[in-house]
Amino acid sequence: MDKKTTIRVKIKIQYEDFDVSEETKILRENETGAIVNFVGVVRGFDERNNSLIDSMTLEHYPGMTELEIEKIVKQSCERWSISGVTVIHRIGKLLPSDQIVFVGVSSKHRQNAFYSCNFIMDWLKTKAPFWKVEENNNQKKWVDYNLSDDEATKKWVV
Amino acid sequence: MVIKYFSWIKEHIGKSEELIELPDNVNNISELINYLNNLNDDYKKVFVKKDLIKIAVNKTYCSVETKISNNDEVAFFPPVTGG
Repeated sequence: MDKKTTIRVKIKIQYEDFDVSEETKILRENETGAIVNFVGVVRGFDERNNSLIDSMTLEHYPGMTELEIEKIVKQSCERWSISGVTVIHRIGKLLPSDQIVFVGVSSKHRQNAFYSCNFIMDWLKTKAPFWKVEENNNQKKWVDYNLSDDEATKKWVV
Repeated sequence: MVIKYFSWIKEHIGKSEELIELPDNVNNISELINYLNNLNDDYKKVFVKKDLIKIAVNKTYCSVETKISNNDEVAFFPPVTGG
């Protein structure tokens, strides 16, 4: 019997919040022995500019965002043996401590899930076309890109 | 051709999208930037920061040498800051 399994991939860009336990349950439905979840959260303090943040608004490039995330997930699936991937990224206005991004990866064994989750997040930060603007006291400031995000991707180049 | 702008580039140029008819002598991104720079100073103020501008043609990253035609969608945006 052909035991070839399909990898379940879910990619969503949405205004609404997400429920980590619901997403974990979906990832658990596959033939899996390990799930690694990453959740990005809005910080209430801009460390680089030493200032507080009232809110943050995210915009993106519809269509290209999904394509870029699909490419990253595909590369990850080619590199590690995984059974499911979920990427959810929020857009619109968010407040400190709100959830921004979810990356969940399921696999038979934990190391593949750890590596894959880390890989997807590193490349998402440098390739997926999202932009953040921070709001404080009715002033807005577009967030500068972080060189350390580019550095983080170097470990995946073979 | 459709040109899209995002983030601070959209604010500097004052629009998120525009439709232009490519002149015959504009065949790649570099020539498109020169063409836009000659339209008004808003473009010049943006494109002078060329090291901070990413380019996509038909929703795929590309370079200033990439060939373009009237059917393409071009986008200019700063380095991404999601996640």
